[in-house]
Amino acid sequence: MIPLTHYLIFANFLFVIGIFGALVRRNIIGILIALELILNAVNVNFVAFSQNTSPDPATGQIFAFFVIAIAAAEATVGLAIVLALFRVRKTILTDEIHLLKW
Amino acid sequence: MTHLYDIVKFGIYALMAFSVLAAILAVTVRNLFHAALCFAAVLIGIAGVFLSLHADFLAMVQILIYVGAVMTLVIFAIMLTERFGDNSSPQNNSLTLAAFGLAIVSLIAFSTISVKTRWPIQENAGALHLSVGELAYALLNTYVLPFEVISVLLITTLIGAVIIAKKDRVS
Repeated sequence: MIPLTHYLIFANFLFVIGIFGALVRRNIIGILIALELILNAVNVNFVAFSQNTSPDPATGQIFAFFVIAIAAAEATVGLAIVLALFRVRKTILTDEIHLLKW
Repeated sequence: MTHLYDIVKFGIYALMAFSVLAAILAVTVRNLFHAALCFAAVLIGIAGVFLSLHADFLAMVQILIYVGAVMTLVIFAIMLTERFGDNSSPQNNSLTLAAFGLAIVSLIAFSTISVKTRWPIQENAGALHLSVGELAYALLNTYVLPFEVISVLLITTLIGAVIIAKKDRVS
């Protein structure tokens, strides 16, 4: 079997790449993709820990289900906001949306 | 199933490497549509990793909800908001170097922590296999309150997204 540490390092890679993308991208949809990447890394950790260290293996998987449901909700609302924003401002680049900035 | 054949092990590691590569592409590629396709590849790779952890139902949910629903939504949003003939503008802001440094530092730090810590690994680790029935039992008994809360959240999201995204009536 694959040791727990290897799963943790794999999830760690995904998490760090997600953070990099969320900081660097100019496009809001790119940022949303990076955020989903972070949530997926957390899911891998949940399942790996529940399989290796938890006395009750159902817990980690059910946490992962809840994370997936909330990520779907987040993506829906986020993309609706992006569409509304694009209709008004004709842009979805973060550095061109500076109405509340001075 | 505590002992895996070497070829299966190699396949799992190859799947992990493939997912990490696709993730790197998904945050660096210039064309957003290609980035979304790379992200779908990452999601499928993660579903494979879930399979290797004996979480078959979770892998199925991952493919159905993420690759099926969320990716469709993202691709629709990309196509609806695309500025045609404007592929020349850079996709990254001026933070790239600093963010890269931060990523490398936190990667090293987190990896050191996860290697150095002595995790309390169970005797039967890796051999646990849950049936869908056991998962459903846990979901509808122990975790029934968060389950109901999440259904309320999803309904609220559905209505909210429709209200936000619909066209305003011209007054």
